[in-house]
Amino acid sequence: MKRFADLHLRVPLKDPPKAESIIQKASELGYSLVGIPLSPHATREQISQLRHICSDAKVDFATRVNFSPRTPNELLQSLRRFRRKFEIVAVRCHTKDVARQAAKDRRVDLLQFSVTSLRKRFFDEAEAELASQALSSLELELAPILQLTSFSRVRLLSSLRREVATAERFKVPITISSGATDELLMRGPRDYAAVTTLFDLSMSSALRALSENPWVTVERNRKKLSPDYVAPGIHVVGRKTGA
Amino acid sequence: MLKREKKRYLALEVVSEQPLNEQIVLDAVQSSVHRLFGEYGASKANLKLIKFIPEKRQFVIRCSHKELEHVRAAIASTTAINGKTAAIHVIGVSGTLKALSKKTRNI
Repeated sequence: MKRFADLHLRVPLKDPPKAESIIQKASELGYSLVGIPLSPHATREQISQLRHICSDAKVDFATRVNFSPRTPNELLQSLRRFRRKFEIVAVRCHTKDVARQAAKDRRVDLLQFSVTSLRKRFFDEAEAELASQALSSLELELAPILQLTSFSRVRLLSSLRREVATAERFKVPITISSGATDELLMRGPRDYAAVTTLFDLSMSSALRALSENPWVTVERNRKKLSPDYVAPGIHVVGRKTGA
Repeated sequence: MLKREKKRYLALEVVSEQPLNEQIVLDAVQSSVHRLFGEYGASKANLKLIKFIPEKRQFVIRCSHKELEHVRAAIASTTAINGKTAAIHVIGVSGTLKALSKKTRNI
């Protein structure tokens, strides 16, 4: 049985009852992992409160941070400061320089592009080649597809179709997330998979983008963040206790 | 001899605060299919309302099995019914009504 994940559930942190109902809804819809974006300066209390809500709803919780840097240097600084604090790092690329830097940096997990300004979607062949070498995933949010209407949706679907084809050609993993801010924008994983057929992603690839791909990212990062991790391929298997 | 067209039955649940009736929910699904796939796509989907349970806000529709993914995409992209925000969730899909009622239990 597939374990589905929604790595971008935009829960209102200042409204715990609403946060609880959104997380509960994710559990009812069949997700076993949710990624909730937090501020880089999120406190331990906030994180433990969310962890508690998620464990009550019987879903796994992954901490996530979204960076929107204006320059590649700003991105590097943010990564240096906050990478080890979060399980998922997503970068919203507003300029081409930032997009290229994010794609080649192995510390970046997810690449996001603007859904309103299609000229700022920089996922082309060069970007895909860099991303495939650095194991970054292309993140596609589906809430905007549900919200947009007429020509703005047509243009977005056309752009997504081109990007998905490029990602598949260069073997860049695709991660599908909801980006939902409200329960009414949340859908079940199989419904989201059906929506992706609108931009020609096959059903099997869509289900992989909702299950295996996000889980691989989270498990790889959890391994790296664990105290037993030393270097790629080296980890502590046991510790001697006592004198 | 022409082959009989296969069907798929979908059990759906509406999340909305407004009062609903059969016509409103079917119109919402049909207009969503029409908006995404046009008149040609809507004609191929061959939608029909089978059952409506107002107290549970659940209903069953039938569509062509070849158009199942398109119909599902259209249902998922429904964000408003009668101009008010709403969501429709697919709670089960099956080839027969009997199997669908077994799957979803309460329909």
